[in-house]
Amino acid sequence: MAVTLSERAARHVANYMVKRGKGIGLRLAVRTSGCSGMAYKLEFADTAQPDDIEFESHGVRVLIDPKSMPYLDGTELDYAREGLNEGFKFNNPNVKDACGCGESFNV
Amino acid sequence: MALLQIVEPGESAAPHEHRLAVGIDLGTTNSLVATVRSGLAVVLRDELGRPLLPSVVRYLADGSSEVGYEAQAGQALDPRNTIGSVKRFMGRGIADIAGREAMPYVFDDAPGMLRIDTAGGLKSPVEVSADILRTLRLRAEASLGGALLGAVITVPAYFDEAQRQATKDAAKLAGLPVLRLLNEPTAAAIAYGLDNSAEGIYAVYDLGGGTFDISILKLSRGIFEVLATGGDSALGGDDFDHRIFCWILEAAKLRPLSVEDASVLLARAREAKEYLTCHGVAPISGRLNSGEVVDLQLSTEIFAEITQTLVAKTMQPVKKALRDAGLSVSDVKGVVMVGGSTRMPQVQRAVGKFFRQDPLNNLDPDKVVALGAATQANLLAGNRAAGDDWLLLDVIPLSLGLETMGGLVEKIIPRNSTIPTARAQEFTTFRDGQTALAIQVVQGERELVSDCRSLARFELRGIPPLVAGAARIRVSFQVDADGLLAVSAREQTSGVEASIVVKPSYGLSDDEIATMLKDSLAHVKDDALQRALKESQVDARRLLEAVRAALAADADLLAADERARVDSDIARLESAALADNRRQIMLAMDDLEADTKDFAARRMDKSIRRAFAGRHINELEGDSVAAKTGEVA
Repeated sequence: MAVTLSERAARHVANYMVKRGKGIGLRLAVRTSGCSGMAYKLEFADTAQPDDIEFESHGVRVLIDPKSMPYLDGTELDYAREGLNEGFKFNNPNVKDACGCGESFNV
Repeated sequence: MALLQIVEPGESAAPHEHRLAVGIDLGTTNSLVATVRSGLAVVLRDELGRPLLPSVVRYLADGSSEVGYEAQAGQALDPRNTIGSVKRFMGRGIADIAGREAMPYVFDDAPGMLRIDTAGGLKSPVEVSADILRTLRLRAEASLGGALLGAVITVPAYFDEAQRQATKDAAKLAGLPVLRLLNEPTAAAIAYGLDNSAEGIYAVYDLGGGTFDISILKLSRGIFEVLATGGDSALGGDDFDHRIFCWILEAAKLRPLSVEDASVLLARAREAKEYLTCHGVAPISGRLNSGEVVDLQLSTEIFAEITQTLVAKTMQPVKKALRDAGLSVSDVKGVVMVGGSTRMPQVQRAVGKFFRQDPLNNLDPDKVVALGAATQANLLAGNRAAGDDWLLLDVIPLSLGLETMGGLVEKIIPRNSTIPTARAQEFTTFRDGQTALAIQVVQGERELVSDCRSLARFELRGIPPLVAGAARIRVSFQVDADGLLAVSAREQTSGVEASIVVKPSYGLSDDEIATMLKDSLAHVKDDALQRALKESQVDARRLLEAVRAALAADADLLAADERARVDSDIARLESAALADNRRQIMLAMDDLEADTKDFAARRMDKSIRRAFAGRHINELEGDSVAAKTGEVA
């Protein structure tokens, strides 16, 4: 069981955390909504929950709630540039199909 | 696969519901677009990684247009159709543009705002600005991967209604919803986070390519008041380049140059200036078309020396702005540096020395306005972080009011009122039976309409004919968050209404605003005297109207000698009211009032007699009883 960050993603997260001036890490989650059933949540974490599953990847603390974990296991969070657009990208082996835009997915 | 940004805890948007918002610095020379990504304000770059978009648009004969670097490249070839610095024309009539003879454009005078005749047709400054904004919108949509909820666009603090409206119109034309127009110095202060930590006085020193602006801001409880603005519309980084250019000519003992050689050397001068920002000595070398070779070294010391007068020149408006605000250097809590030219070490030193503190300069001075606008846009779009529950307020730069009898200004919303705001005041009619009222909306600080700028006029018709002073007309002024004004008037007894959204014919020039503000301070006493005089003239005319109406109705109540006295008093007051002597007017009014006192009493008796004539006392009682029972029934 693991969720990781690419080195590039970790560098960006660390940079944003410094500029933000607070927070203990990054929270990844999955919730049901969107056109293909599920959607990612990517938030700054200010507090850890007792049942959180924690990983550390390239110096960044990653927090995941137990309900989201099965859907995220094996995911690598990357930072990508597509044309002018740039941002974080979930490389998730559990995804069977995603909606056209990729904002929501099915497992 | 969509690319995601990190959001604040609990702020994750539902898929496809990201609230994308940008801040735009629509500059005279360059424009920028910025957004907040994963909690951090960043400027969005183009395909080649360039953050700036030159504010230049070239119109071609086939109806197409080029914007930015592409247009700039064509400027030398096609100056007539390549519009630069269009910001100076926003909301202006042709008469407002100083030095237009020296510009390569073909201007066309149109009602409201000038037009520029190009190969692609007549273009208004709003259209040209819209082309710049559209380019930035497309860049933002490509960068953020979706349609924009809206944008915060910055404008100079001294922009008046007409210029703000023109900016808003340009955004609309570019398909860009405007969340808010924001004053540039305020945006710079926001970028430094001054809005959520600090209270106090801040100076924003903005030295751009061709203009210099200084603003004194006061921040209290989340409200940015612009206490004073000043500057020099013909002083900027280009002047520093020119000083280096002159130094090269002298040091290399060059003969008069060809146009090509001059532009090569000017470019070298600019490079040297930029190099000296972080180096002690800049090499300047090149071979000219004339065969001459330039090989010089420019040190920071020499650079500082040859540009000393330019730096000193920026300090004059700074001192003046502080004086206008009634403040001293020690009141200023922080100084924000804006504009690429503030990178020059001698400018930093001079500002630091003047304000006796190091200026804030850790953000890129070219981007700071756009970054602040992006931060504000992010908040207005609803992407708030915890603790960010403040609302930023701006103020109106010049008082808004309307014309009253005698050409006087009644200020409805005073300068520096926070916006949005709405205020109302009641007015009445001047003449018996008056059924219409002309409302002239003005902006400015002076007491007389002729010294202020007229923004709009409209009429309220259908007022019921009543005696002078009986109608109650409520005039409301409403200024929205962008500083745009709507005026409405309503007669209270009949409910008739008229309103107007102020789209003034054209606005004020920066110099005019500065002059108007200065004049208002210099003329406080004059204005007060003028006002008193005008008021007495209005009173005199009101009295004359009333006496004439009375004479027309009841001339028989006056004996011949009394009538002669009244007539002579009237003549004297009439001539006094035309002259500019308030004392004479007051004396003549006193006389007329004294000589008509008995007459007025007799008229009163007569009207009472008329009311009761031929009616028995019982009838009168019966009337009142009937009225009472009528009420009960």
